[in-house]
Amino acid sequence: MSTATACLQHLFAEQRSLEEYQGGVPRWCKGCGDNAILTALQRLCRDEGLRPEKTVFVSGIGCSSRLPHYMRTYGFHGIHGRALPIAEGIKLARPDLHVFVNTGDGDCCSIGAAHWIHAIRYNMNITVLLHDNHIYGLTKKQVSPTSPIGTKSNTTPRGSYLDAMSPLTVTLGIQNASFVAQAVDWIPESLFQIVTAAFRHRGLSFVRILQRCPEFVGSMFEPWVHDPQRMLMLTHENGLKVSPALQKIYRNQIVHDPLDIDRAREIASSEDPIPVGILYHNPAVPCYEDLRRAGMLRTTDSIRSSFEAELDKFTVWP
Amino acid sequence: MNAAAELMGSRNTAKQVVTIGEAVVEIMSDSGEGAQKCGQSFGSIAARMGNGVWTVEIIPAEIQPPARSIAGASGNRIRIGSKRVTNGGDEADLAIAFNEQVLLGRVNAGELKPGCIILLESMWADSADPKIAAQYGETLARLLAEGYRVHEVPMESECRKLVSDPRKGKNMFVLGMLCNLYSLDMDLARDQIAFIFGKKADKIIKSNVALLEAGHAWAEHNLDFGFRVPAVRATEPQLVINGNTAVALGVLASGMDICAMYPITPATSASHYLSDVFERSGGLVHQAEDEIAACAFAIGASYAGKVAVTITSGPGYSLKQEGIGLAVMAEIPLVVVDVQRGGPSTGQPTKSEQSDLLTVMFGSHGDAPKVVMAASTIEDCFHSMITARRIAETFNMVVVVLSDASLATAQQPFPRPEFNEDWLAPPIDQNPVPEGAKPYDWDPVTGLSRRFVPGQPGGMHTLTGLAHDRSSRVAYDPEINEQGMHARSLKLAALQKMLTPPKVFGDDEGDLLVVGWGSTKGAIEESVERMRAEGHKVSSLHLNFLQPMAPGIKEILHRFRQVITIEANWSDLPEDPLIDETNRRYSALAMLLRARYLVDIDCWSEVRGRPIKPGSICAVLRQRLAREEQRS
Repeated sequence: MSTATACLQHLFAEQRSLEEYQGGVPRWCKGCGDNAILTALQRLCRDEGLRPEKTVFVSGIGCSSRLPHYMRTYGFHGIHGRALPIAEGIKLARPDLHVFVNTGDGDCCSIGAAHWIHAIRYNMNITVLLHDNHIYGLTKKQVSPTSPIGTKSNTTPRGSYLDAMSPLTVTLGIQNASFVAQAVDWIPESLFQIVTAAFRHRGLSFVRILQRCPEFVGSMFEPWVHDPQRMLMLTHENGLKVSPALQKIYRNQIVHDPLDIDRAREIASSEDPIPVGILYHNPAVPCYEDLRRAGMLRTTDSIRSSFEAELDKFTVWP
Repeated sequence: MNAAAELMGSRNTAKQVVTIGEAVVEIMSDSGEGAQKCGQSFGSIAARMGNGVWTVEIIPAEIQPPARSIAGASGNRIRIGSKRVTNGGDEADLAIAFNEQVLLGRVNAGELKPGCIILLESMWADSADPKIAAQYGETLARLLAEGYRVHEVPMESECRKLVSDPRKGKNMFVLGMLCNLYSLDMDLARDQIAFIFGKKADKIIKSNVALLEAGHAWAEHNLDFGFRVPAVRATEPQLVINGNTAVALGVLASGMDICAMYPITPATSASHYLSDVFERSGGLVHQAEDEIAACAFAIGASYAGKVAVTITSGPGYSLKQEGIGLAVMAEIPLVVVDVQRGGPSTGQPTKSEQSDLLTVMFGSHGDAPKVVMAASTIEDCFHSMITARRIAETFNMVVVVLSDASLATAQQPFPRPEFNEDWLAPPIDQNPVPEGAKPYDWDPVTGLSRRFVPGQPGGMHTLTGLAHDRSSRVAYDPEINEQGMHARSLKLAALQKMLTPPKVFGDDEGDLLVVGWGSTKGAIEESVERMRAEGHKVSSLHLNFLQPMAPGIKEILHRFRQVITIEANWSDLPEDPLIDETNRRYSALAMLLRARYLVDIDCWSEVRGRPIKPGSICAVLRQRLAREEQRS
């Protein structure tokens, strides 16, 4: 048996169970949409055969950002808004690692908004999951940038004043966007399919996941949860494929080519019905880490020779 | 006959060449006229002859300030000496100015010695603009009245004899004059021109050499004075670089792979240089979208790989502090360079100050112990980076290296370092972690724990900025919180035990000890030498480690009757009517030393944006010694 065959057999034998990706017991509230996201990600890790030691979940602060604690991989639960630059540093130092980012609508679209815009532009090979529940949960119900106008919260007791920002249209407006999708926590099958496509995309994949917060805004998505016709499934041979069982429920479908960015921007502007699927996918956008790490190995000799060459430029010889 | 011999043949017999121990020269022009290139070249030639040299840039804050304006002065101060020169010295002995306005700024700031020799471009006297001609006339009259020895030099018209655009070549004419006035070797000067225009055509080199020789000849024939600063050629190769280049070379030599930064004066030139050279050996500079991202990026890179560095200045440091606190809490090694400038807020971006010490020591909320080092010379900027990387990695700590705008742009020759493989970071550990090992298995004595790097099988854990136990699980338990705090603090003590006591400059005991840190070292030691030559029992102590402080300092402080710190940050003036012992704000180091060693330490400080002069320090020391004598 050749070494290559042995390696393949070994890898094949390495299949892990769902339990092997489960970390601490989640402390989210009952009925929280984050549980659905966690399950989809654990299933993704198992099905894609990700080695736990080669996988890092990075997060900021907020309910969403507790997720790494519930995975049995490497995790980095950092500071508010800064998950993306931390993840970029990890990826640039270690392109061999699978890097995921879990962030919330406050973490990504408010305190970390600058990093969000630039992360899209860097287009590093990172899977970003925006847990968007339209509210600050961990700090107990304050308005977020994605809260619909009129949202009553502890800081807007008479209703919020501004129109919600759309993370999808913003992302699609940034240069180098390469993968933009939307999922909802209450259609787990599509959620799983979309995060799988996101993971498989080489570049920054941005998945906005509408996520229910029963504790603070329990009725936020009720109309859509109860009326499947108010969901718009985006199907395409290069995009989401809706299973026959699901087709019976979600009959409102359109064929959308994920390479069509103008149409993607139109669809992204729709709040009702809520689109689900891959809005944009362009595998040809270069990744920052590929542009920056141009095959130069850093060795003692390379450091020594470039160091000596630099000193030569500034040396005054006797 | 070569050009040098030709010049020798036409020596001005009336010329008096005086041998001197040292000289301070300033060259001032409008921005873009090349005074800086002229000054750097003058310093390099003198360095190659074996003179001690220190050059300081005089930089306007704007890119294109208006011509002929006081604030627009751009140039160099060069101090050359027979012995090693460690600082920019006192007031200038000779100043060359391309117009009278740029010179005025220096005169008003008190940067010229009384009776200073001034070589002034004379073309403005005949300006078509009557306002300019009048300004020139008034200034010339004022300078003469104030006793300056002004020589009007027709630089423009002399250069026009050789080139069509004198504005571009005047600086080499001036270099030629300086070579004549300070008896520098013209062959070395020609080599220098070939070196600076190395990538350009021969024609350009030839035309600049012609200007150089013309300047030399003009000074030979028209100026009846000259100086010689005797020099002994160095026997070892010397490196001539500024502090920021030294920082960048230190990053390269330390084996760090990634530098994340955001542009900020006066730190950026370190990253410019690194951007140019780092990739050739597989490293890279990432210009992040902001200071916070630069810090977070470096933290991410450090967490997953080798120690990374972020280089900034005060305002950027303020923004990075939350990230630095995370690195402290999660015990991620990180090197942060703060090239200090004037503060607070935007302050004085191009000027030097030492105002960030307390911020970097105590900054970031909560108890956030980190290592703080201060580079005191340009050579030290280089070695500090290597030491910082090693400490960060050994202790899983944040190490802040303080430099400042003075060191950043000053140049001084120092022995060329010999590359040492031990400087480099070891490869990252990807072995499985031992069975049962925990990511924060704090040693009860040293507080140290091993670092688990992603990729290590069996080491999976979620690192967090929340309080956590040995397994990195979030824990708000009172015992666990204290355990973590305890371990992170102990690491400083563990490092402190490895440090050697600093050496006293001068005698080990005496009447007055001067304590300093950072870029003031050269000026402080020079003033101690001067005071000792006058018979005073004065010594100095310079601290490279500010946190932790090396052992043995207390004993040293107790061997002197008086102790004073000299610093470039604010301290209240005891003579102010409202200031007394109960409210006086001391300089940063004085405050730290008083608190730690319970010694009544005085301070003197200056925040004038320029390097502290040895003469100013001597005046303070004389006053303090006299006051003590009166008392006893």
